[in-house]
Amino acid sequence: MAVCGHCGQALSEAHPRCEQMLAMEPPRFCTHCGRRMKVQVTPREWAATCVEHGTVAG
Amino acid sequence: MTAAPTTPDLTEPAVLSRARTQVLENGEGLSYEDLVEVLRLPDEHVPALLGLAHDVRMRHCGPEVEVEGIISLKTGGCPEDCHFCSQSGQFTSPVRSVWLDIPQLVQAAKETAETGATEFCIVAAVRGPDERLMSQVRDGVKAIHDAVDINVACSLGMLTQEQVDELAAIGVHRYNHNLEAARSYFPSVVTTHSYEERWETCQMVRDAGMELCCGGLVGMGETLEQRAELASQLAELDPHEVPLNFLNPRPGTPFGDLSTMDAQDALRTIAAFRLAMPRTILRYAGGRELTLGDLGTREGLLGGVNAIIVGNYLTTLGRDPDEDLALLSELKMPIRELAKTL
Repeated sequence: MAVCGHCGQALSEAHPRCEQMLAMEPPRFCTHCGRRMKVQVTPREWAATCVEHGTVAG
Repeated sequence: MTAAPTTPDLTEPAVLSRARTQVLENGEGLSYEDLVEVLRLPDEHVPALLGLAHDVRMRHCGPEVEVEGIISLKTGGCPEDCHFCSQSGQFTSPVRSVWLDIPQLVQAAKETAETGATEFCIVAAVRGPDERLMSQVRDGVKAIHDAVDINVACSLGMLTQEQVDELAAIGVHRYNHNLEAARSYFPSVVTTHSYEERWETCQMVRDAGMELCCGGLVGMGETLEQRAELASQLAELDPHEVPLNFLNPRPGTPFGDLSTMDAQDALRTIAAFRLAMPRTILRYAGGRELTLGDLGTREGLLGGVNAIIVGNYLTTLGRDPDEDLALLSELKMPIRELAKTL
C-alpha cells in the first residue's frame, strides 16, 4: 500500500495539492504504512522517523 | 545651496502625505486611524506605499538586514489552543511531539551562524517552561555560547518573574513572545490564556533588560481594523523586534480551512507595520513563501522589512538560505554584523 506522506491517505490516485505542500514541508506520514512520523525540522534539514520503517531526511 | 522646492504630488492619497511628514521626516508612527486608511489603499497605490515604507526603514534603521535562524527544541503536544498552530495537542494535527537533543541544537546553531546570521532562536511549544524545559534551555544556551559566535534568543511561552530573571542571567539576549492578534480578536484565536497574560510576560522581559521580540500573525480572519489595531498595540508595547507572520493554514487546526492571505493585502500590512513602528526591527517570519511566493521576499525587503528568518521554520520548510542571501547581496543590503547587535 502506498500512502501520501502529507495527508496519510492511500495513493490510489494522484494528490496534486499534497505534492505541492510536500515542497514546503516534510512528510508527516510514513509512505509505507501510513503511521504518523516523528519529524524534526532544523534550519537546513529535516528528518522524519517511522518506528517501523526508519528515517527519511531532506 | 538651497534645495529646489518640491512639487506636491496631487494624486498621492492624503494618508501617504501625512505619513511622509510624520513618519519619514519626524520618526513618529502613524495613528490607528491612519493605519486603517493605509490598509484600505487601493492596489494602484501599493507601490507608492511600499516605496514610502522602504524610505522610512532606510532613514530610521539603515540598509542592514538582521538574519536569524529558528529551531524547535520541543515540538508538538502543547496544551494551549492557538487556532493557527499545528503544535497544539488539542487538535487532530499530524505533528507529533518530539524533543531535540543538545548536540543537534548546537549543530543547528553552527549551521545558522555559517549563513552569516547573528540570531538563533530556541523555541518550545509550551504554555510556559517547566523545570525539564528550563534545564534543557540552560544546558543548550551554555553549549551554544561555548561553541558558536551567535546571539541566543528564546521563545518558551509565558514566564514567571523567576524564569525571566534566570534567562537574562544565562545570557539570553532577546525573548520572543507574540501578541499573536489584536486584543479585540484574541479571544477568537486563543481561549486557553488571555491577551493580558501575554502582555504581562512581554513587560517582564523588557523590565529584566532582555530585548523584546513581539509580533503576531495576519490572515487569520481578522478585519482590516483589527490588523491596524494589532500594529497600534505593538507600537504601544514598543518591542525591539516585530516578527510578522502570515497564516499558513495547517491541516487539523481550527484555521486549517482558511484561505491564504491575498498578496497585496500582505504587502499593505508590511508597509503599515513599518509606518506604525519606524525604528523597530521588522522581521519577515512564517508564511511568506506561501503568501507572497519567491518575489514576495524582494517586495517585502523593498517595502519596510529589515530582518528575515533564513532556512526552515519550526515545522515547515523555508527558502534555501543561499537564495535569500544572494537576494540581500543583489539589493545591496548588508547582513547586520554580530558586534553591532551586542
